[in-house]
Parts: sequence; C-alpha cells; structure tokens
Amino acid sequence: MSTTEAPKLSRKDFASDQEVRWCPGCGDYAILAQMQKILPELEIPKENIVFVSGIGCSSRFPYYMNTYGMHSIHGRAPTIATGLKLANPNLKVFVITGDGDALSIGGNHLLHVLRRNVDLTVVLFNNRIYGLTKGQYSPTSLPGAVTKSSPMGSIEQPLNPLSVALAAEATFVARSVDVETKHLQDTLSAAARHKGAAFVEVLQNCNIFNDGAWHHVTKDDDREDHLIRLEAGQPLRFGRDGQKQLRFEGLSLHVTDAGDGEPVLFDPTETSGATAYALSRMTYPEFPVPIGVFRQVAHPTYDQGMVAQIEQAQSKKGKGDLVSLYLSSDIWKVGGDGKTSNDIESIKQEIVKG
Amino acid sequence: MSTTTHTIPFEELSSVVVRFSGDSGDGMQLTGTQFTNASAIAGNDISTFPDFPAEIRAPAGTLAGVSGFQVNLSSHEIFTPGDDTDVLIAMNPAALAANIDDLRDDCILIINSDAFTKPNIKKAGFSDNPLENGSLERFRVYSIGLTNLNRAALEGIEGLTQKDIDRTKNFFALGLVCWMFDRPEESTLDWINAKFGKKPVLVEANTKAFKAGLHYGETTETFQLRYRIAPAKLEPGIYRKITGNEAIALGLVTAGKLAGKPLFYGTYPITPASDILHALAGLKHFDVRTFQAEDEIAAMGATVGAAFGGAFAVTASSGPGIALKSEALNLALVLELPLVLVDVQRGGPSTGLPTKTEQSDLLMALFGRNGESPLPILAACSPSDCFDLAVEAFRFAVRASCPVILLSDGYLGNSSEPWKIPNPEKLEPILVKHPVKVEGEEFFPYARDPETMGRPWAIPGTPGLEHRIGGLAKAPGTGNVSYKPEHHAQMVADRQAKIDRLADIIPDQQLFGDEAGDLLVCGWGSTYGAIHAAVARARSEGLSVSATHLRYLNPLPKNLEQVFSRFQRVLVPEMNGGQLAFYLQGTFGRPFESLTQVTGRPFKIDTIHKAIRKTLSKES
Repeated sequence: MSTTEAPKLSRKDFASDQEVRWCPGCGDYAILAQMQKILPELEIPKENIVFVSGIGCSSRFPYYMNTYGMHSIHGRAPTIATGLKLANPNLKVFVITGDGDALSIGGNHLLHVLRRNVDLTVVLFNNRIYGLTKGQYSPTSLPGAVTKSSPMGSIEQPLNPLSVALAAEATFVARSVDVETKHLQDTLSAAARHKGAAFVEVLQNCNIFNDGAWHHVTKDDDREDHLIRLEAGQPLRFGRDGQKQLRFEGLSLHVTDAGDGEPVLFDPTETSGATAYALSRMTYPEFPVPIGVFRQVAHPTYDQGMVAQIEQAQSKKGKGDLVSLYLSSDIWKVGGDGKTSNDIESIKQEIVKG
Repeated sequence: MSTTTHTIPFEELSSVVVRFSGDSGDGMQLTGTQFTNASAIAGNDISTFPDFPAEIRAPAGTLAGVSGFQVNLSSHEIFTPGDDTDVLIAMNPAALAANIDDLRDDCILIINSDAFTKPNIKKAGFSDNPLENGSLERFRVYSIGLTNLNRAALEGIEGLTQKDIDRTKNFFALGLVCWMFDRPEESTLDWINAKFGKKPVLVEANTKAFKAGLHYGETTETFQLRYRIAPAKLEPGIYRKITGNEAIALGLVTAGKLAGKPLFYGTYPITPASDILHALAGLKHFDVRTFQAEDEIAAMGATVGAAFGGAFAVTASSGPGIALKSEALNLALVLELPLVLVDVQRGGPSTGLPTKTEQSDLLMALFGRNGESPLPILAACSPSDCFDLAVEAFRFAVRASCPVILLSDGYLGNSSEPWKIPNPEKLEPILVKHPVKVEGEEFFPYARDPETMGRPWAIPGTPGLEHRIGGLAKAPGTGNVSYKPEHHAQMVADRQAKIDRLADIIPDQQLFGDEAGDLLVCGWGSTYGAIHAAVARARSEGLSVSATHLRYLNPLPKNLEQVFSRFQRVLVPEMNGGQLAFYLQGTFGRPFESLTQVTGRPFKIDTIHKAIRKTLSKES
C-alpha cells in the first residue's frame, strides 16, 4: 500500500486508455460513468482498487478502468476475487458480472461469496438476456420471453437476483437503474463503503437484444408509479405524489392508499431481513419495483476472520519455524552414537549445523 | 495371567513384510502406523502401504469393509512395501479372505479366532471354518482369541462399555506384534497419552490392552521364535517418517518461507488429497491461508486470484477435481501467473477408485486443456521426493510465470518412508521480484525476460503499474486485447518457449546401472521403488538392464533422447494404459515397450522383474 499522501483523484484518473466497445446506446456506459465518478470520493489509492469480471458484455468493464483488473472466465469472478482479497486484504475488490454470468454459470459462486461475507462489492448488470452471444434467454428472462433460443417463448421461471442474494445471507443488498444517475451513484457508493460482501443489481438496458426490458421504470410517463425508492427510516410510499404505500397484510406486502393506517417505516438493518425479502419478491406490474438499499447489516467478514486466526496462531505459537515443523513427529537419529537428545533446541542446532 | 517369562530365542531377519488387516472400524491404519513408528525409531528402513476401502464403515465382517496396512521393515535400503506378506494379522475371516492370495508359503498368520463365528465365516465367503478345515496348512497359524483375552485384561476398569473395550483390541494385537519383533514401547505409550490424555479411562484401557498383548507373547508358550531386524545403514542425520501428502504440505510451506511469501491453499475436499489440507490448515502461524472452497472450480479460481494478489498460491485435488479445474487453470496459463496445482492421482475414469492408486492423469496433465496450452509437469517418485518437488514446483512457477503441475498419487500420498530432515537454511532461496514503477518509463505487463521468457509479476497495490489482464488473446508487451493473427501466433510461441527454457535448469537424466545396454526400464512417479528393485534383481542375475526414472515430464531433460539411444530397447512400466510410452513415442519417434497395470494397486517387484526377463528374451 502506498503511504504517501495521494493527490486528489478525479473521474478521468479512472478511465483507461482503451476504447470502450459496447454497442452505442448500451446501458453499460452509464454504469461505467457512475463508477468512475464515485471512485475518487472513496479516497482509496487507485493502485489498491481491483475490478474482477467474468464473461459477458458487462465483464469487459475492467478493461475500461484505469485500476488493476482481471477479465476472467465465465461465472468465476467471485472465486478469483475471493482469492485475491485473501492474498491481500488491503485491496478494494469489485466483481462486475451479469445475469447469465452470476446467476447461471456462476450461481454457486455467487451464493458462497455472499454467505462467506468476503469484503468485496458485487455489481450485477441485469438486462435479462445473453447479449454477447447474440440474444438467448437468461436466468432472469420472463416466462414467455421470445428470444433466439426460445422462439415460442421461454418456459422457464426466472430467478430474482435480490431474493437469491438475501437467501444467501448477503449483508448488503441493493438495486438501482442504469439511467438513474444520482441514485446509481449513491447506491454504488454505499455498496463500496460497506464492510463485507455487498450486492447491487443494476437494471440495465440491452438496446440490441432486449430493448425496453425496464422501460416501465425508465421510460414510461407514469414510471414513478412503477417504482418505489427505499429510504431508511421512511415510509414505504410511492407514486408521482407519494399517494400510495406498501403495508403488510399477513406475511406479504400489499399496495394501499397512503393514508391507510400507520405507515411502515423501512429499516434495512432489520436482522431478520423479512421486509427486505418481501420487497425483493415484488415484481411489475402487480407491484412497484423497489430500488435502493434493501439490507445493510454488520457482520464479521471472512478476510477479517482469516487474518484474526493467523494473528491468534502467531501470538500463541510464534511465527512458524521450519525446523520445529519438520521435527513435529517421532524422530530418530542415524549415525554418531545413535542417540537423540530430548531437548528440541539441541536437535534443531544439530540439524542447522548439518 | 502367569508372570513367568520364557526365554524365547531371536531370529535375525534382514527384512520382513507385516500386514495388519481387519474391518474398517478395527483401527488397522492406526495399528500399522504405530508399529511403523516404533520400527522407524528402532532404526529400520521402512516403506508402508495403507490400503483401505472408499466406504468409511462398510458392513462389518464383509470383504468390502476390509482395511489393510502393510509395512516392510528392513536392515538395508528398501524401495517398496514388499510384494508378499510374511506376517499377517487378521482380525476377522474377511481380512483373511481378502489377503490369502498375497501370502507366501510359511507365512505367519496371527488370527483373532474369536471373530471366526459362523455368520462372519459366511460373510467372508468361506464355506466352512478355515481354521478347522486344514486349508491353512501351508502357513504358520497362530489362532488366538484376541477379543476375549482383551476383555479379560481390561476387566475392572470402570466406565467402559463392552463396545469400548472391544475397540481397544487392536492395541492388544499391536502389543503382541511389538513383542514379537522386539519393538520399543515408548512411542506407542506416548501416543496413547497424547491422544487420550483428556480421558484418563481411555489412556488406561488402551495402555492395558497394549501391555496385555506384550505380556501375552512373553508369558505364553504360543510362540517359539521372536524376530529382530537390525537397524538399516541410512545416511547419518535426524530422521522422521513421512507420507507423500505430509511431504507436499511441508514442501509448500517451505517454498513460501524460502520466498518470504504467504502460502495460499485453495481446495475442495477430495480423496486422496484432503490430508494436504488437514496438514496446512494447522499451520496458520506460518501465515498459511487455507481456503475450503464451495467446489473444485472455485478452489482453482481462488488460487488464480491469490496468485494475482502476490501470494504463493497452490491448489490440490485428484482426477475428477482436476478435470473441473482445467478451465481456470488455463486462465492462469494465459494470464501467466505463477501457481502450483497438485494432482494426487487415483483410479479413474470418473469417480473410479477413490482410495486406490493409478497414474492415469498424465495425458490430462499434458494435454487436457483447450488451445495450445503447455505447462511444466513434475512427478514425485517417493514420499520424500514430494517435499523436494513441491519446492521445485514453485521455483519453476516463478521462473516461467506460469502454473506448474505436480503429480503425486494415492500410493505416494498415503505411504510413508524415513525422511532425513533437511536444514532449510541450506535450501536455495526462491527469488521473487515484483516490479515497481520507474518514473518516465511505460510499464509492459507482458514484457519478456530475455533469459527465461517469463513476464513481470506486478501485483495490485503497486502504485503506477495499474494494468488489466484477461483470458482474451492479447498483444505482446502491453497485454492489451488483440485478435491480430501475428500477435496470437507470437503469444502462443512465447508461452511455449518459456516452458521449453525450463529445460535449462533441469538436471541431466541419471541412470541406475550401465550407461548402455540391451534394455532400459524407464518409469515415472510412484513406480520408482518397484522398478529400481526389479532392475537391481535382474542385474544381479547378470542381465544387461538399467533403469531411469523421470521426475521432469514437461519439459523433458535435454539429454533424455541421447540416454534412450544407448539402449536396444526401452520398457516403460506404468499404472495406466501406456500414457508415458505414448508420449515418449510421439516425442522421440522410436519404439517404446509398455508394461501396463490398472488394478488400483502398485506394481509388485516381481511383475516388473518378469517383464524385464520376458522383454529380453524376445527377438529384437
């Protein structure tokens, strides 16, 4: 880690010299821009930031960031990021992934990086389609989605990325939208500052193979009626004039008029995560789409645990000594008088002297 | 029990093969290990072969559940656990049935007759009691009611159930065998105290069982002879016993220390490699960072990430796991990051024989990845060689900035031999240079070292060297994504060249025997002992045969072709379908004769010796 006072960085410092090669109009540009904008505010030296990605359109992201980066293989970015963080816990590690990369081929790794609470930030670009392979349905495509691989409509049930993340014990879970500039900045910033595994789903438009997948929350005139912006300590109100609200009836949330009963104040730190999970289940058009931070709880991180165990072992046993390690078994001597001393120190001397 | 001591004479033996065999719940691995420790401390050369089923507890008394531990003790240098058993301790009929074909005439059988009940006899596949039908006449049978003798010895210890008592009968057997071979008692008594120290009743029970076994030998007139094996003349030094898996763990920790690097070990539990994880997980004070991943792929991925982060990163597995790792391993190859992959091979294909040995992953190690993807491959030839090559693997990885495959197998991993404890200060340090920013100079992540062709290992956290690496084809020098035909061709050639240049630091291939002759026996991996012993036997018969053993499989030693050229024929024994022979034939364009064995068991010396004689008797 650099010890000198780093000069203030700007957005430009985080742009690499590589030409950005996403399709014109792709939602990925907006996410890249917001990421480059928030990084200087984190005040982390550039050399301590690493972006690790898998395969897919989103996974080209590291090439465009002037930090350390790795464009790895399909679905495995969480595993690589975990090893990297454990090799050097001082690094700020981001995982950039997509719906196919994180939830299909890499589904298992996503579960485990979250449950272990490795201190890193996962940003999942969800466009509900395989773009790089030119338009097959993905694990978040809706039933009936007509794609190149589902000409008669998809017959699969999609995964809900946030429900998955919550079920996997993620300690920070959030959602934002590619075109919601300020909201996206705030969400990425909060995720990056979280200590532990942070998971952000960004609703991202693929204008070539699945244009309009999120138009209900980005383009429609009445889009504010289709969104609910989660804010800690605030009621679950939504609609153009805040005229509607969410209330629990039994174990599930229902839409009512804002004036009905006591408002539910949203608390992302609620340990059970029940409200966060109920919110994650809400899909358009029956419900508004929640965006913002669903869950944010403090929990020891995996890397802290590892470092603590190493420190504990070293304070108890001292820093490892190879000769003592070699001798940690029944030993015997050949040659000389054939006798071994019971004193480990004198045996060590004997070995070191040869 | 009488306290009279009979003076029973000793017979001097130069070597003896003892096999403990019983149900997998009978503690035979432990008994064999304790007997081996006592023998090692007594100064014998030792070589062991644990042989156990994949099932943790197969139904009691069945052949499927038989667990064996064979040890060869000797007053001279030995290379294998021995072909035929001299002394068998059989705890039940199934243990007798499982081993009866491996017993030479006149073999000593110590049999727990209490276990020879009708149902057990039937379960073992005998039609009637072999202790009574005369079928064991060619052996020296000692039929002893171990279960009941042990129960009597432990009578009166409070707080033990019958089951607890019966679980100690292996120590009775151990005591008896220790008496028979005049083994020191201390190591076993120390072990009992260390293991059961927190439960005094178990210390008492196991100690009593062990001593009862010793006293039984001493006070009854069952045995007419005891045996002594003089200490072997090993090179002077301090020794311990070591298995291949232990040696790999120690070698990896040592490599980290020699480079001043933390060791990262990312892995997923798999037989027979898990013992490496168990050993390393206890070494956190060496800054060893073990990571038990969610699957084999994640273990490999985390290892790649840790290598990028600057740790000495290593993963280990066995066949099925290595297959799963191949994509992420190939990523490390193209990223050109140093790391080590250990394959403790087992019988395949698929799940195959989890607890049995084979050498059938060689071609997977050489060619089992997409694209042009050469990697260095080392193969350990003995348990202690696992230590040396674990260190060497990291030396290669750092030099050529690439993953290195270290091949071991289930036989090497679990069997043990004496290991002369080295002085780590005399081991050559592994020099690692991480580049730093030079003001005014552009950094090229894929610049080549003109000597080694390796690339700089620039690690995150280094100011000014921020760069991106990835699995896509890239331009030489910058490493930027490039699909240009000439760039791809050059990167493929450069990656091959740096592997080839490792041959510059590989020692010349050595021979056992004459420099030229009628036949050369060429092996690799764990067959070393059996080949060496078979060739020694053939040479003592006057045959023109030499042996050579490959520890470096890619690249091959520079002088190898020349070595082969001095022999009329080359015989290649392998525990696979002929993979090394196929590889050598393709490399050198000359014929190689194959001796293959895929039984899940190591070669016997005799098998190779016979093949040598047969090959030499053929018309050339």
